[in-house]
Amino acid sequence: MSATVRDPQPSLRARRKRLADPAFRWFVTLAGTSVFVILAAMVVRTTTDAWPIFQHEGFFGFLTGDRWVSGSTRGTGDFTGTYGAWPFIYGTLVTALIAIVIALPLALCVAIYINQLAPKRLRNPLSYTVEMLAAVPSIVFGMWGLFWLVPNVLLPVFGWLESVLGWFFLFEGPVFGRGYLAAGIVLAIMILPIITAIVREVIAVHPADQQHAAYALGATRFEVIRKVVLPSSFSGIVGATMLGLGRAIGETIAVMMLIGSTKSWEGSLLRMGDSMAAHIAATFKDSSPEAVKGLMAIGVALFLFTMIINVAARLLVWRIGRVAGDAAV
Amino acid sequence: MITTTEAPMGADTDTRTDAAGTDERSPETVAAQAMGLEPTDEADTGETPGTEAEERAAGDPEPEMDAVFEIEDLSVHYGTTLAVRDISMRIPRKRVTAFIGPSGCGKSTLLRCLNRTNDLLDATVGGRLLYNGEDIYDPRVEAAEVRRRIGMVFQKPNPFPKSIYDNVAFGPRLNGFSGNLDELVEESLTRVALWNEVKDKLDDSGLALSGGQQQRLCIARAIAVSPDVLLMDEPCSALDPIATQRIEDLIDRLKTDYTIVIVTHNMQQAARVSDMTAFFSVRMDGGKGPRVGELVEYDRTTKIFSNPSRQATEDYISGRFG
Repeated sequence: MSATVRDPQPSLRARRKRLADPAFRWFVTLAGTSVFVILAAMVVRTTTDAWPIFQHEGFFGFLTGDRWVSGSTRGTGDFTGTYGAWPFIYGTLVTALIAIVIALPLALCVAIYINQLAPKRLRNPLSYTVEMLAAVPSIVFGMWGLFWLVPNVLLPVFGWLESVLGWFFLFEGPVFGRGYLAAGIVLAIMILPIITAIVREVIAVHPADQQHAAYALGATRFEVIRKVVLPSSFSGIVGATMLGLGRAIGETIAVMMLIGSTKSWEGSLLRMGDSMAAHIAATFKDSSPEAVKGLMAIGVALFLFTMIINVAARLLVWRIGRVAGDAAV
Repeated sequence: MITTTEAPMGADTDTRTDAAGTDERSPETVAAQAMGLEPTDEADTGETPGTEAEERAAGDPEPEMDAVFEIEDLSVHYGTTLAVRDISMRIPRKRVTAFIGPSGCGKSTLLRCLNRTNDLLDATVGGRLLYNGEDIYDPRVEAAEVRRRIGMVFQKPNPFPKSIYDNVAFGPRLNGFSGNLDELVEESLTRVALWNEVKDKLDDSGLALSGGQQQRLCIARAIAVSPDVLLMDEPCSALDPIATQRIEDLIDRLKTDYTIVIVTHNMQQAARVSDMTAFFSVRMDGGKGPRVGELVEYDRTTKIFSNPSRQATEDYISGRFG
């Protein structure tokens, strides 16, 4: 057979010039690198705008000063205002912390329930519901919080808290309803779905054979979850927490509606204050050019915070992953 | 007690008649000898194949034996699917009992019933399963307590992503062990012949070991809680021949202290390590219908591999089927 006449081998070269390939390549490269460009453009612009404020107050003076008085100049000559962002930074940190403290344990419980305890036919509807909760726009959360949750639930609860723990500085009155704690609680509800979704995912991929091994050693269900599932899922839980924290810090509209928008800061969680994002959103319209620079400076600080949290989360996950040898998320 | 017998073979009476007719010295005897199994005298001169012998074949080859498990009419459902049915047998203390049979015959299912790990797979168990005379499926019995006494080694080595030390110490810590943990870890690792290989790296991850070492680590982890029984679900199927050999040696040493029940796909392995062998098979009604696992024959390993009472057993161990 092979000795007989053979068809000439078809050419291995492309029959026509292919443009799609290099074009696609360039397009994808461009899209990929544009991320850097966008980030750089944003950072450079906001930092340049905010620079005079940092010069005027000093960077740490800006972060720690607790007086914020908007000036009225065009932003060219001497500043007439005082820009100390501490009240807003404090508000942001406190509300985000409250949110995490409430949402994390709750999310762990919800995730464990969905994965390990809920009846099989309830598991999917439950996880869909959690994801739906994540899809609710924050303005809706804000309105619901302000017009329903605060008057119907939080006000009575806060009143009780103040009457019982009022001697402790965190729960000093008077009770307004709106304030750090109200904003933190609504934030907790808002970040609950994202933390739950990630933790659920992490727990779901935990190898069943390891759980069975623990059961076979006489572990109860609770012990298996606490000593086998949660430790190996730790890096994922940290990641989820950081994502939730990031969202809590950046959340604007719901916090703006619930925190009270004052320019002072108070120790008590029941008092009103303001957060960085909420302050920017509430005041940028009526600000003088000088004050806008002040808001830019808050924006820069906010960005720095979220960046630090992200880097910290990555370092933590990386470190834990190395020690435990588990698959990081 | 011996209700299983007619169920497994009820459908193919013809084959059974064949079995009764064939010469006792079947070619398989030769095969068994090749495996190093001398057929015992009683295997040869025992009862002539017949109904009486067959009724005796499943369930209770040695009525006088000291049984750890007494299984009576056990059947297991996963959801609405019947997985195994009507198993009755007694598993002797401080012996190695092997479960063999083709895939889907329910041998692993039965094994998992013995320490209630089947609970985790939503199985429902009917019949009775007595462990030292106590029904482990009694509602008042705590599954975790059962599993603490009846340890398990799995098909795939499954150490925790923790250090070697913590892997072995996991069970004792869980159960509130108050003695010298270091000694216990060393003792457990020594018993599985792993101590010399790992004593300088107890803090390394258990996952850093080779497959065979991991499996021995898992056995050490299981015996660290001093169980009474060790269940092994195809413990060598993920291992190379040398690692397999070491596990088999280990089983041989462990059987002086533990009752061992091992599920294996490897018939030579069953022949090498076990004292008793149970052969399971799948019954399919008319070639379709549900596949249900059943106990076909249960006897001394020497008998099963040299002179089985059942044609189906003989077919399986001689490689004609499965």
